[in-house]
Amino acid sequence: MSTGRLEIRKTYKLFIGGEFPRSESGRSYEVTDSKNRFLANAAMGSRKDARDAVRAARTAYEKWSNASAYNRGQILYRIAEMMEGRKEQFVSEVMSSEGCTKPVANKIVTAAIDRWVWYAGWADKFATVAGSTNPVAGPYYNFSTPVPIGVVALVAPAKSSLLGLVSVVAPAIVVGCTAVVIASENRPLPAITLSEALATSDLPGGVINILTGNTGEITPWLASHADVNGLDLAGVTNPALAIELTQSAAGTIKRVLPRPTVEPDWFKDPGLERLNFYAEARTVWHPIGV
Amino acid sequence: MPNTMNQVATLTQVTETPNALAEFLRGLPGVDAVGADQRAASLATRSIKTESKRRAIDLAISMIDLTTLEGADTQGKVKAMCAKARHPDPLNSEVPHVAAVCVYPDLVAIASKELVGSGVAVASVATAFPSGRADLQTKLSDTRFAVSQGATEIDMVIDRGAFLSGDYLKVYSEIVATKSACGDAHLKVILETGELATYDNVRRASWLAMIAGADFIKTSTGKVTPAATLPVTLIMLEAVRDFREQTGRMVGVKAAGGIRTAKDAIKYLVLVNETCGPDWLTPQYFRLGASILLNDLLQQRQKMITGHYSGPDYVTID
Repeated sequence: MSTGRLEIRKTYKLFIGGEFPRSESGRSYEVTDSKNRFLANAAMGSRKDARDAVRAARTAYEKWSNASAYNRGQILYRIAEMMEGRKEQFVSEVMSSEGCTKPVANKIVTAAIDRWVWYAGWADKFATVAGSTNPVAGPYYNFSTPVPIGVVALVAPAKSSLLGLVSVVAPAIVVGCTAVVIASENRPLPAITLSEALATSDLPGGVINILTGNTGEITPWLASHADVNGLDLAGVTNPALAIELTQSAAGTIKRVLPRPTVEPDWFKDPGLERLNFYAEARTVWHPIGV
Repeated sequence: MPNTMNQVATLTQVTETPNALAEFLRGLPGVDAVGADQRAASLATRSIKTESKRRAIDLAISMIDLTTLEGADTQGKVKAMCAKARHPDPLNSEVPHVAAVCVYPDLVAIASKELVGSGVAVASVATAFPSGRADLQTKLSDTRFAVSQGATEIDMVIDRGAFLSGDYLKVYSEIVATKSACGDAHLKVILETGELATYDNVRRASWLAMIAGADFIKTSTGKVTPAATLPVTLIMLEAVRDFREQTGRMVGVKAAGGIRTAKDAIKYLVLVNETCGPDWLTPQYFRLGASILLNDLLQQRQKMITGHYSGPDYVTID
């Protein structure tokens, strides 16, 4: 009799509406490390999984977008706390997924956690910076305040499997959008572990939905989906696909954040670009003296 | 099920005394609850795709009783709903109109004025809907008022208290009286299956309503949970099928409440077809009482035409 322990082989699932369902299609695919060694099985999300994820995001939208900015900030901070507790797991998965050394992986995970905290801080300050009081020729106060654009679909960066992922997801939800995220196709493990951290933070189910699978298969359905209001092409590596998605998104006048020609350095200060992308101005005229 | 000619003759006799009626209803064969649940669940797995789905969606739209039964209903809301009943999708004139709109009696006049010449019927709930807790005269005057305002279909509720305490004859005579107050209007009898406790009671109430002259039997008011479910609808469909076998008269079925998605609606259509056959697959004999269901059907329809998923921004807000 062998004395070796029975190995636990992992088959991960999707993260939709705060739950972990299998892909409706029943498919899964093998995830390998940077040297092509088997790591785990991940669910191969399908068109219908994307549809369900959009529905979950839309259901969660009303409550999340109406939550106070202060409350959203607290929840983002809580996500950072939950990641901190799983730091070792994130470090080892970033190492195997991205093929980097432990010190580098450590730096990436730390930066990813800090990014949540950074965006958490912006939650109740963004409106002050992005909003304005506008001078008008009449007896009115005129205010513009940023409001979330709705349900957004994000293609997470292909290479930076954790820091890049957090850098595109955090700004979307901190302004009040709800998100359907396509994890990096070849490096999905940190995204899957993030979904486990999200499920145990105070984030309401459906605010972030994470799909794993083939980017080229799922994204066209999200780009054309009439109930998706924004599209971030950060992780689309195929230029032809990016053009197709952009054209398809135009059919329902979605906002599109274009594909970067080279994946950016995610360690850099993110600035307000993504926060601004996920918000639109709502202007209110209020009569003076009433 | 009683099925000899001899027993057909007795169908009218069973209502002559309280005991005979109770004996008849309690003598109906018991429902196999596990079997009914499984039958309904297995039919619900049937996959309806492409061209069949397209036809099923249009059929479901044409079977809808578009309903608003809120204390907060206004004339404006009813007018908007009537416009939607005539042209469910304003951008596509090929979408069929719904079967009827269903409102409270005081709003019937508005609805019938809005729907003149449209082919959409006006249904009204009556008889102290939804509880049915009023004396018979009040219920009948409620019914006569709705008919006088232009309702062509009346949705009445049965007295569940009387039914559950075994006073079947009271329930029967109220239905008969309401039927005669309806005049030419069609009578739908709401069993409120969510309050009847057992499947056996659903079968008994179905037969009771049909013997009393109901044109339709309807699952629920929509105010009680659970409302329409597949197994309950299955039992009612079996009842109308068996009733036709015995008497030759076709009674319709209306599933109301809790049917929210196109997928759910199609499950009901499968159930109708497999239980009663295509004779019942028309708005004349099967209805879906719903409000938000229509928007989901329209979104599914749009998806089939455009090839991409639609969203709530592309249908009218109720």
